[in-house]
Amino acid sequence: MDHPECAGVSTVSSAVRPRQRRNSRPPSGPLRYAQEPRLPAARRGPSRWLRRHGDNLFRWLAQTAGVLLLLIMAAIAAFLVAQAVPALRADSTNFLTTLKWDPDGTPPSFGIAALAFGSVLTSVLALLMSVPVAVGVALATSHYAPVWLSRPLAYVVELLAAVPSVVFGLWGLIYLVPNVIAPSRFLNHYFGFIPLFTSNGTYGKSIFAASIVLAVMVIPIVASISREVFNATPKERIEAAWAIGATKWEMVRTAVLPYGRSGVISGTVLGFGRAIGETIAVALVLSANYEISFRILQPGGNTIAANVANRYGEAGTIGRGALIASGLVLFVITLVVNFVARAIVRRRGETAR
Amino acid sequence: MTRPPQPIPPALGKPRSLVRPRLSAWALGALAAASVLVTAVVFLVAPMGGWAAFVIVAAGVYVLAQTVVCTVVEGWRAAKNRLMTSVIVACTVAAVLPLVAVLGFTIVKGMVVLNTAFLTHTMRGVAEQDPEGGIYHAIIGTLEQVGLAILLAVPFGLLVAIYLAEYSGRWLGRAVSFFVDVMTGLPSIVAGLFIFALWILAMGQNFSGFAGSLALAILMLPTVVRSAEEMLKIVPSSLREGSYALGVPKWITVVRIVLPTALAGIVTGVMLAVARVTGETAPLLLTVFGNTSLNINPFSGAQAALPLFVFSEAGLPNETAINRAWAAALILIMIVCVLNILARAVARLTRVRR
Repeated sequence: MDHPECAGVSTVSSAVRPRQRRNSRPPSGPLRYAQEPRLPAARRGPSRWLRRHGDNLFRWLAQTAGVLLLLIMAAIAAFLVAQAVPALRADSTNFLTTLKWDPDGTPPSFGIAALAFGSVLTSVLALLMSVPVAVGVALATSHYAPVWLSRPLAYVVELLAAVPSVVFGLWGLIYLVPNVIAPSRFLNHYFGFIPLFTSNGTYGKSIFAASIVLAVMVIPIVASISREVFNATPKERIEAAWAIGATKWEMVRTAVLPYGRSGVISGTVLGFGRAIGETIAVALVLSANYEISFRILQPGGNTIAANVANRYGEAGTIGRGALIASGLVLFVITLVVNFVARAIVRRRGETAR
Repeated sequence: MTRPPQPIPPALGKPRSLVRPRLSAWALGALAAASVLVTAVVFLVAPMGGWAAFVIVAAGVYVLAQTVVCTVVEGWRAAKNRLMTSVIVACTVAAVLPLVAVLGFTIVKGMVVLNTAFLTHTMRGVAEQDPEGGIYHAIIGTLEQVGLAILLAVPFGLLVAIYLAEYSGRWLGRAVSFFVDVMTGLPSIVAGLFIFALWILAMGQNFSGFAGSLALAILMLPTVVRSAEEMLKIVPSSLREGSYALGVPKWITVVRIVLPTALAGIVTGVMLAVARVTGETAPLLLTVFGNTSLNINPFSGAQAALPLFVFSEAGLPNETAINRAWAAALILIMIVCVLNILARAVARLTRVRR
């Protein structure tokens, strides 16, 4: 390559070159190994041992790292279960149905029902708000925006993903909660007949506000995955649509959207995973209680992750075990969600990545 | 053989019947102005207020008017096309607006107490209603925790990536690759609970910066592995083959040919992973715990961290505490954004040539 000596390496004359010269100026790079089979005595010591075993050693090292990664995943499940079981044994009520979180009381009583319900409700609401917007942004960056705008736009949306969740939480608490009151009152006044929008007259630190914050955090995930599949739409489909006189929207609807559907779905599922695992932003915005209620406009509601952050400081021995048990439930939910996402991607293999 | 020139077809004339008239730009502009005017009149007459509501209503009126006029003049297909374009523009605005709001709000609020004293003092002995205090201890804590996490996650992640890209066996490789994907979706609070259960409950250690680094390393790992693997895979195979042809063993080829070629991409991936974990709060809450004083040793005792500081100050009911939270959030965003921009600059400047 860029070693000019390489040209002479394989000739006989190079093999009988005086050894001093070789020792005085050891060539670097691939050259060294190119010569060694001819001169086994040229180098001794660890490098010779390495030469013989280096490949196996390196392969073993890399493989061990891979196995270790699997072990970490197994350890996560194992240790969560191990620490959760004593607390679950101590629980005097049904863990799956109790609407209460009093693990350090006598007798201990706690349940996941309200938390799991709140987690799913906030995440689903967040997806309902964010997926249409994210698909719109993905279409804008992949097909609608002019070239000079599409890259900065995609970059700005990805910057949204880089903003730490605690900053979103702070923004949600200080800015969004006061500003969500007026729209909440509006919704309650005009659509109060829908059970979702009934309220006892107070607004603010509600599921509604929390899911808006989550929606903002989920947009970049769904948008970037959707944009990737939209960009990968085969040219011939797009041009076929143009050729039969489609308008831009008809082209998008008949060529881009069907092709990208599985990508949008898997992005949505991944976004669900992100939303359900989000802790700090929700913990800051929600005012926690342990009820199952669809009244998304009035303060209250809780999620598994936010509950861990809120109750961790005061938790005793059983309390910590109970929080770990709730974390285990969250872990299982995200595992299932991820399996579903991968299965969707794999079944429609042609659009994956 | 040459064919005689084809006769030129007679001019068709203007096919008026085939082309619908189009709305010109000034017509749309006039429509927009009319919509704003109508909305303004409605807002003056009806008891409505707020500039946000005004913008939303005006945009809605414009889109409605555009659809109606366009359907009459250009036909329903073109009207639908214009409508969807408007919807997509609205979506883009709706996605970019929160970013502007968050960044703008953080900058405005953060500048209130941000000064050098804030950066060089700790919260030791500062009550929540006092205007003094700073984030020196939190910055040191974050730097140490993230630095240790990098030391743990990057070599490990690189080895896994090399395994996946170069050595991947049949079922083991597939299993590792699958679980890297699963790990990407691991909620940060679960990583924190895991380290808490393993390191603090099962192994009897205390809260420390290192425990936080372990949790952060778990969160960094999948990002590092995925980006490094992808970068290793796009190294041209001709480079590898050239190296093999010179008799170089595979592992030397990987270390001295493949890794340096992919280095820029790997650095980018690592920086993005670092940017992601720098802002993580939940795992630190369970493992580092937070501290109002400076603790330089990350291996013993509770430490502070920037995200933790923001979280704990935001939960306090005092204006002074909230101001400190904003200033710390501003510093945190600046660190994360600088990392992001650096990562993209590295990627742009030293792109792998294919």
